[in-house]
Amino acid sequence: MWPAYQAEYCESRRGTAYTNLKTSPVIALVGNPNAGKSSLFNQLTGLRQKTGNFPGVTVDKKSGPWPIDAQTEAIVVDLPGVYSIYPKSLDEQIVTDILANPQHPDYPDVAVVVVDASNLRRNLLLFTQIADLGVPVVLALNMLDVAKKQHQEVNAVKLAMRLGVPVVRINARTGEGLDQLKKAVVTQLNEPTLPRQLFFDPAEQVGELIADTKGSYQLKNNYLALQYVIQHDGFSFLDQQQRRGLDSIIDRYRFSEPEFQASETITRYQRIADVIADAVVDRRPIDQPTWSQRLDRILLHPVWGYAIFAFILLLIFQAIFAWAQPFMDAIDSGVAWLNGTLKEQLPDGPLTDLLTDGILAGIGGILVFIPQIAFLFFLIALLEESGYMSRVMVIMDRIMRKFGLNGRSVVPLISGVACAVPAIMATRSIGTRRDRLITILVTPLMSCSARLPIYTILIALVVPRQQIFGFFNLQGLALMGLYLLGLFSALLSAYVLKLVLRSKERSFFIMELPTFKLPRWNHVGLTVWESVRSFVWEAGRVILAISVVLWVLASYGPGDDMQQAEERVRRQSAGLSTEQLENQVASQRLEASYAGHFGHFIEPVIKPLGYDWKIGIALLSSFAAREVFVGTMSTIYSIGSGDDDDGTTIRERLRSERNPDTGGPMYTPALAFSLLIFYVFAMMCMSTLAATQRETRSWKWPAVQLIYMSALAYVAAFLTYQVLS
Amino acid sequence: MSKRSVADLKIGERAIIRSFNDQLMSLKLLEMGCLPGAEVCIHCKAPLGDPICLNVSGYCLSMRRSEAATILIDN
Repeated sequence: MWPAYQAEYCESRRGTAYTNLKTSPVIALVGNPNAGKSSLFNQLTGLRQKTGNFPGVTVDKKSGPWPIDAQTEAIVVDLPGVYSIYPKSLDEQIVTDILANPQHPDYPDVAVVVVDASNLRRNLLLFTQIADLGVPVVLALNMLDVAKKQHQEVNAVKLAMRLGVPVVRINARTGEGLDQLKKAVVTQLNEPTLPRQLFFDPAEQVGELIADTKGSYQLKNNYLALQYVIQHDGFSFLDQQQRRGLDSIIDRYRFSEPEFQASETITRYQRIADVIADAVVDRRPIDQPTWSQRLDRILLHPVWGYAIFAFILLLIFQAIFAWAQPFMDAIDSGVAWLNGTLKEQLPDGPLTDLLTDGILAGIGGILVFIPQIAFLFFLIALLEESGYMSRVMVIMDRIMRKFGLNGRSVVPLISGVACAVPAIMATRSIGTRRDRLITILVTPLMSCSARLPIYTILIALVVPRQQIFGFFNLQGLALMGLYLLGLFSALLSAYVLKLVLRSKERSFFIMELPTFKLPRWNHVGLTVWESVRSFVWEAGRVILAISVVLWVLASYGPGDDMQQAEERVRRQSAGLSTEQLENQVASQRLEASYAGHFGHFIEPVIKPLGYDWKIGIALLSSFAAREVFVGTMSTIYSIGSGDDDDGTTIRERLRSERNPDTGGPMYTPALAFSLLIFYVFAMMCMSTLAATQRETRSWKWPAVQLIYMSALAYVAAFLTYQVLS
Repeated sequence: MSKRSVADLKIGERAIIRSFNDQLMSLKLLEMGCLPGAEVCIHCKAPLGDPICLNVSGYCLSMRRSEAATILIDN
């Protein structure tokens, strides 16, 4: 679900310097991961931020307005966190692509480089590279409080003098120093000051190569010329001919890129060491493990590490199932009450039916899952924010590797519990192509939040609500079982894919472990708000549209089939009470409708799984998006059960549904589990297939995904039904 | 005598980085601050000793044993 984030703003803009005429200068935020870039971004833009895509690629782009003076509103763009200008994954590529290409629509007028003062050495590596590219920069010195706690004093004035750029002290968490930052940015916009010389000038070592490249490609900046030479294969803005030209320059000068890159990094670090010796007073005691490290010894412990992780997962499922229940019940009964009231107040007729049975039934099906989605994203955001998620990657790497995955696959897999679309997008941080492809292919097997409505309703139908061990309830455990089934099938599929897809590429796992932090509650809040909003809007619109279409299909039939069916019932069953008669009529009419015809058409295929034509309609309608299933069921059963059941909810309607062949309840455990298993495996989500297509840039992989998952779903549901019934 | 690498260190043991034996890997490691002459210290290991976590220039990196084995240290 969560259909593709569309690029919401895309302005055609310039490649020239900022002039006072222009109303929207672009400010890019750049920095190492964990330097406080997103905190700063949230401080500057707050709730006005938008998520879109960078043009041409599917990397998440966050941008938002930042008023910098009375007439001017700048657009702040948050670039992905990187350690250097040499990218190691697709996500990081975008940073280099923008900063090396002044024609790029997101090329900044000023780049604000956010720097972690407690980790100045490595943060300055990236800073000096960006400054050398010729972008006007402002250095935002963040986390001075952390540095101070570690007995480091950073002198901002000396730093500014040594680097030749404006340096501003900020605290991105509290918002201190933002006024000074604004002033520095405005000054850089009006009269850009660039350092007098490059921090690292490649022409000192390979002067002729640089001069040649500058001449051939009309470049003014030595370091940019070097980037053309080293990175031209990755630069999307160069064409084939330009790339060949650069290849021949490399050959002509017998230039070795990796060697030069290594010596560049070492030279930069040497010069940075000089700067730091001048600007930083470091009185760090040498042998003192921080509390973060002590915590790591427990969280990465062979026994406690896994036990804690398992406990946290269990907690998440309890939260989703048990703690969200009261909120869901409240919404459920609210919608039912509204539906009943509307039916009483409004005159009878097709419009009222459309409003209540069609639209309101559909909307109710969406709203009721807000509490679960909010809880889920809240807890995942907490894990990400605190720094625990990267510990999970470390303890899971070895296990994941056995299955052809990577420690980094853990984040997509866990996010897959929320939604496969952002999860598949999150695989971009996996640098190895094969690991990434396998992760993409198996992630949709993780039970996403769209399956949750289906799980919830069916579990509540057939699993008793019982407490065991006084704390866990049986329904919660059943839910967890389904999630585990999804996880294990994902791992097994990954293992099979690992055997099929051979690759010589090396897999990497070098990663920084951030120190533990208290979660920033505004970030957590924003994440929850964003996910609920996109669920209600993006998924909601689809569900609503399908509910209405379905209502039409279920209310009208070909020719006068429906009238004939009604008359037939009234003739045949004269002795029934009014209520029974109305029910008979309603269900015969549904069967004769267009939707009924569709359902009957596929009934032979789904009969072995235990499903009837009504479930067939729901299956068909949920083919594009599985969350539609519940909405469809609501619509079908409220139409199919006459008009006298105002105020009942979908769960009660399902429970009272009778099997016409046996006379017993329709929803037996065998049928419910067969449906549950079907939805664990089935690839019923157009958005996910589209995401796979975009991320793999081929139609082959989404096709593979669709076929293997559908086959798995059919076979597993078939076995389940046959064994249980 | 065979050269020792970071992968041979025990928890709590310190060493000075001398060189790398894998060019591609060394580019990544250099950028992350693993410089020749810098001091490293293993601060913990994941279950089964892989991946490992090491402290270098004031922060913590995690990497697989095979990756750590490309960082050679002074004996």
